[in-house]
Amino acid sequence: MNSEELQHIVERKQAERAAVRHRVCVCAAAGCQSLGAEGVLEAMRGAVKADGLAGSVEVHGTGCLGLCHAGTMVQIDSGAPGEESRILYERVDAENAALLLRGHLEGRRDEAHAVAPDAPFFAHQRRIVLEGSGRLDPEDIEHCIGAGAYQALHKALTEMTSSDVVKEVSQSGLRGRGGAGYPTGLKWGTVSKATSKKKYVICNADEGDPGAFMDRSVLEGDPHRVLEGMAIAAYAVGADQGFIYVRGEYPLAIKRLKLAIKQAERAQLLGNRIFESGFNFRVDLRIGAGAFVCGEETALLQSVEGQRGQPRPRPPFPAQSGLWGEPTLINNVETFANIPTIVQNGGAWFQKIGTPKSTGTKVFALAGKINHTGLIEVPMGMTLRQILFDIGGGIPGGKAFKAAQTGGPSGGCIPAQHLDLPVDYESLQKVGTIMGSGGLIVMDETSCMVDVARFFMEFCMEESCGKCIPCRAGTVQMHDLLQKVVEGRAVEGDLDKLTELADLLKSTSLCGLGQTAPNPVVSTLRYFRDEYLAHIVEKRCPAGVCALGKDKEVAA
Amino acid sequence: METMAQQAPVVKPDPRAHPSGDKRFKMLDAAMKRHQFESDALLEILHQAQELFGFLSDDVLIYVGRALKAPLSRVYGVATFYNFFTLKPKGAHTCTVCLGTACYVKGASEILDGLRKAYDVKPGETTRDGQLSVVVARCVGACGIAPAVAFDSDVHGKQTKASVLARVAPWMERT
Repeated sequence: MNSEELQHIVERKQAERAAVRHRVCVCAAAGCQSLGAEGVLEAMRGAVKADGLAGSVEVHGTGCLGLCHAGTMVQIDSGAPGEESRILYERVDAENAALLLRGHLEGRRDEAHAVAPDAPFFAHQRRIVLEGSGRLDPEDIEHCIGAGAYQALHKALTEMTSSDVVKEVSQSGLRGRGGAGYPTGLKWGTVSKATSKKKYVICNADEGDPGAFMDRSVLEGDPHRVLEGMAIAAYAVGADQGFIYVRGEYPLAIKRLKLAIKQAERAQLLGNRIFESGFNFRVDLRIGAGAFVCGEETALLQSVEGQRGQPRPRPPFPAQSGLWGEPTLINNVETFANIPTIVQNGGAWFQKIGTPKSTGTKVFALAGKINHTGLIEVPMGMTLRQILFDIGGGIPGGKAFKAAQTGGPSGGCIPAQHLDLPVDYESLQKVGTIMGSGGLIVMDETSCMVDVARFFMEFCMEESCGKCIPCRAGTVQMHDLLQKVVEGRAVEGDLDKLTELADLLKSTSLCGLGQTAPNPVVSTLRYFRDEYLAHIVEKRCPAGVCALGKDKEVAA
Repeated sequence: METMAQQAPVVKPDPRAHPSGDKRFKMLDAAMKRHQFESDALLEILHQAQELFGFLSDDVLIYVGRALKAPLSRVYGVATFYNFFTLKPKGAHTCTVCLGTACYVKGASEILDGLRKAYDVKPGETTRDGQLSVVVARCVGACGIAPAVAFDSDVHGKQTKASVLARVAPWMERT
């Protein structure tokens, strides 16, 4: 494909779009699909066809619309592009779909299912990564191109040198969205400076944190954005081969990615001489097989090479010696998804969003005891209270908020007294947790923090790869101690043992898994020590979760 | 014509082919060929093998190891390292209960409890009649509709003990 052909598709698609009076987007992400989105899509397509409206009403599937708990979500834009009115419908199913659509086309809104697009859930969000999700048909590359996909790659290849791209990304202040927050521009600079004939770009889509589904949603809703981000990265660092390492648990994301790669190859947006430049880039998928540790970059490299996913000591960092010993750039899905927008609008533009040290937006997966479970994207620096109560709609059943867990098994909890904390990398670190990849799990008064800590430790114990002793043996010991606490067999000295072990694991483990495994324990001990003591001294669970030696049946 | 058919040349068995003549090995061969018998592609090939056979038997592991010229220790090591691969046959149906944080907080363990009481089957096990395997997943990414349970490969959200048992019951009656 060359510049004219790309422009031609954009114009054709925009003309098609202008001819259509109503654009119906049915959420076809994994959440809504398991609530019956397929049936809704079929029913609506059927209704449009039966009424002979195919020329004026466009119906297609799209990525996550955000309000997962109220699926299936349907979004209808009416009017000319640019000045359309938007209505969202929630809880649509195959039975009411056709009726609802026909009513809407006749100007009757089904108020029982309608959600205003300016509802707080949407009004407080700012979408960059999720911009196309909920608007694009992820299975149709031309639809995506019509909405601006691959324009940034075109700009990078035709107007910028590779060092310009690195400069732009550095200036944006973008930091790795996988959790650690390493400056992306710095990483790109290191790989681009490495002298080697062969370099690789890897997209880490091994989203292993339980309770996190941001990457899945981005891959399902806008796979071309990720491919474009990877291609730009490859151009910037001088790589010609990319891999996407995606979890085997995400069949829909895998399917959409395979399709997207195939379509991009056919359109010559991947392959040789992209946009008639000298730049070649291929992308292959690697499917994970259910090992949490493979999210760690050196373990991920092992897994891509077809080995057991066990980490190795760093340095050398993958940027110097990665896949098959060659310099390798590894970024997270969300990081790559930010790139096209940064290249298109410039680093200075991006830098103005968020806070000075944490620029841009962050996607969060809201889950647990919260009214609006789903996917949101907010500017960095928004307070936790705004996220949970304005966007998330508060705690169901009028219960009291207890804590929010970020960063999954590597993170910690934020208690009620820190609700007004701005959410950015540094502030979260100050209160003893991490940004993590974006899972935000809300716990109310009926959740036992000791039990939660035990749950995460059990997770780390089972997922420990077994290579280094502190992690392999330490997680087992810590889990046993926590098990004693929840069963009411612990003595007070056990808390000191836990603290001591936590320090040991943190200082001596080989990789991030072991180093961060104690975090949930340290963090709950810091804020909820009274709950631990209630279990140990009074032999009771304040939240009423743990059975504490009593037979569960009797207790229930 | 008939005599000619009888005299058709004897097809020499491919020395690399599996002696059982099971067609699925041929399909596995095709998958390995696509990867040029590179041992770097071991994970992809094991994925394919498990899809074909349902689980990874010793026989399959040996076969893959030989074809890729990889020592059996490595093939076995990889197959046992990843949770996704199973070395034991699964039941006719699989009920996968997600135990991600969101599902856990919303009561997924009660669902497992219910299955254990009703059918005497623990996570990772198969019922004695071979009808039902219960598996726990480390987050299927459907946290927005927790707790999530997959019946065979069909994910359903907002499940309860009662709704899961109601869905599993028809599977168990078919014995």
